[in-house]
Amino acid sequence: MRKAIGGALAASLLLLAAGCSGSDDDSGGTAGGGKVELTYWSWAPNMDKVVEGWNAGHPGIHVTVNKQDGGDPAVTKLLTAIKAGSGAPDVMQAEYQKIPTLVSADAIADIAADAGGLKAKFPDSAWNAVTLGSESVYGVPQDSGPMMFYYRADVFEKLSISPPATWDQYADAARKIHSANKKQYLGTFSANDPGWFAGLAQQAGASWWGVQGDSWTVTINDAATQKVAGYWGGLVQEGVIANTPMYTPDWNAALNDGTQVGWLSAVWAPGVLEGNAASTKGKWKVAALPQWDPAKPASGNWGGSATSVTTQSKHKKQAVEFITWLNTDPAALKALAGTANIYPAATEATSTALTAPPAFFAGQQDFYAIAAEAGKVTNPFTYGPNVNVAYSAYNDAFGKAAEAEQSAAFTAALGTMQTTTVSDMKTAGFKVAG
Amino acid sequence: MAVATAVKARTRRSPAATVLLVLGAAYCLLPVLWVVIASTKSAGELFSTFTLTPSTHLFDNVAALSDYRGGLYWRWMANTALYAGVGALASAFVSAMAGFALARYAFPGKSVIFNLILAGVLVPGVILAVPQYLLLAKVGMTNTYWAVLLPSMISPYGIYLCRIFAAAAVPGEVLEAARMDGAGDWHAFARVALPMMRPGLVTVFLFQFVAIWNNFMLPYIMLGDDRLFPVTVGLSGLLNQGATQPAMYTSVITGALLSVLPLVALFLSLQRYWQVDLAAGAVKA
Repeated sequence: MRKAIGGALAASLLLLAAGCSGSDDDSGGTAGGGKVELTYWSWAPNMDKVVEGWNAGHPGIHVTVNKQDGGDPAVTKLLTAIKAGSGAPDVMQAEYQKIPTLVSADAIADIAADAGGLKAKFPDSAWNAVTLGSESVYGVPQDSGPMMFYYRADVFEKLSISPPATWDQYADAARKIHSANKKQYLGTFSANDPGWFAGLAQQAGASWWGVQGDSWTVTINDAATQKVAGYWGGLVQEGVIANTPMYTPDWNAALNDGTQVGWLSAVWAPGVLEGNAASTKGKWKVAALPQWDPAKPASGNWGGSATSVTTQSKHKKQAVEFITWLNTDPAALKALAGTANIYPAATEATSTALTAPPAFFAGQQDFYAIAAEAGKVTNPFTYGPNVNVAYSAYNDAFGKAAEAEQSAAFTAALGTMQTTTVSDMKTAGFKVAG
Repeated sequence: MAVATAVKARTRRSPAATVLLVLGAAYCLLPVLWVVIASTKSAGELFSTFTLTPSTHLFDNVAALSDYRGGLYWRWMANTALYAGVGALASAFVSAMAGFALARYAFPGKSVIFNLILAGVLVPGVILAVPQYLLLAKVGMTNTYWAVLLPSMISPYGIYLCRIFAAAAVPGEVLEAARMDGAGDWHAFARVALPMMRPGLVTVFLFQFVAIWNNFMLPYIMLGDDRLFPVTVGLSGLLNQGATQPAMYTSVITGALLSVLPLVALFLSLQRYWQVDLAAGAVKA
């Protein structure tokens, strides 16, 4: 037995030594011949394949993609590495709503000197998200998520409902569908998805944070958001809209068996529908979001991210060169759309990279035309430095409200979000007006 | 005598206890059954067919999982085996030395050290992950195999167990005899005490092996390169694709099923060492 243990130990140590030297080779630093090595944290699928296109054409700068858990976990990890002083990648995927947090933690670098000239290549709303309305540039926009309304065309046809143009019509459609079949709902109010609710508030004209002189403003509890919260609270109280969260196995099952027949989502929805409800292929259609005021069409944004350079990178210039190529080069845009399955933020992408509708919506030729229109009318929205706090306050407060199924609880939940967010900012030392 | 009690026990079987035990077994086994059945379903069937209806797609799922980014899953499995195998072996060895020393030597500060280790048993490993990260970041060892291995090597609980085992299984007389025969400290430990502690060490090894195999927080914080991930962190990444991408449920379920098979095999094969009582080790030595 002792011998066996000794043998195994020796064998594993050998393995270990081999593994370690392997990882040393590709973790940062310059290798021989002045070649620059960059690491890139991203969670977009197949990003390594997109980057192969760069590596093949740029022998002097080699980029290694390390796939991360999506969203919050990657940010937490980056912030830990920044605090520790080492371990951060050179290039990082950063969701738009996380950029103020990353900037105030000094995690991502201002690259205005090298990337400032890219402004014209992106829609204003995306560019504004990486500059925070200042002269600095904290990343190059990669993808955006203009919101749209997805619905089961077969169900709408059977009940002879046309896709709702206004929120009143959406409510009527919800009532009609639910009264025809008590198990069916046109949608659900998800207390788990603050980004979704923020997008709907954005459409109504809200912008939850803002900068006034040298202090922040927080307007989560403003009239526009009140209107949206009250609207959804009313539908939930009436019982014509479900109150269970999205992205749960239950919700997936409901999409599959046709008890959820609509989804207010964004341009990336086809991938999610295909992954979670493949059996419903060919039954869905997409339309613009229902409107508050049809004379002034507007939309919101759900999801989307920029590519940023971290403050720990020793090769910022090369990193900017890479992210500029990644998010503006026609070949890269094509790979982002086709291989990484994301909706590029660059204006040019709609005409060059997105010519055919996504496979799950093969029947709808105008898919990307509707998306582009939604992107054009997306309202401006400013995120603050503690989006995570506001979002978890959303989860708590609206979670309770959705369970209570009382309209009044929905609007009250906004007040909780507002106070929690403001007091956290004050505790963290931010100046907050009002 | 033993036979008599066994017979007696059989005749006095209590229905309440049986029901309770069956319920307990169902509680433990149903999730396993669910994983086994769910791993046979295709993505479309997973959320649409009845929960306990098996399907025929197990091999497709395994193939899809193996295809994911050029077989990355198997690299995660190999990493986990490395972390758990090397980590548990090293931990058992360190625990044996420390436990033996605490049980059989007298030195100043011994009770302070032992109490500190006992206190360490009460501190969950999760809490230590971030401080350990900050320490390893200082010496530039994060995002390497060592970042997971080094913290896994020290197990206060293992040291505590080894002290108890050493005190019970290694009689002072045997050590004295060894010393009379001219054995030094190292010899007395490696040749005399270690074989006697073997059943205890298997326990420590298994505990630590399972703990590292299932550990999530430490590798999750330490590692950025997904080719160094153990299977727990890798699978969590497949679930957390961000809101804009579908979670890869079938791959995660299949991966979870495959990842527990080695643990089951290990437990079955090491069971016989575990059951041998402490005296057996002493006599054989």
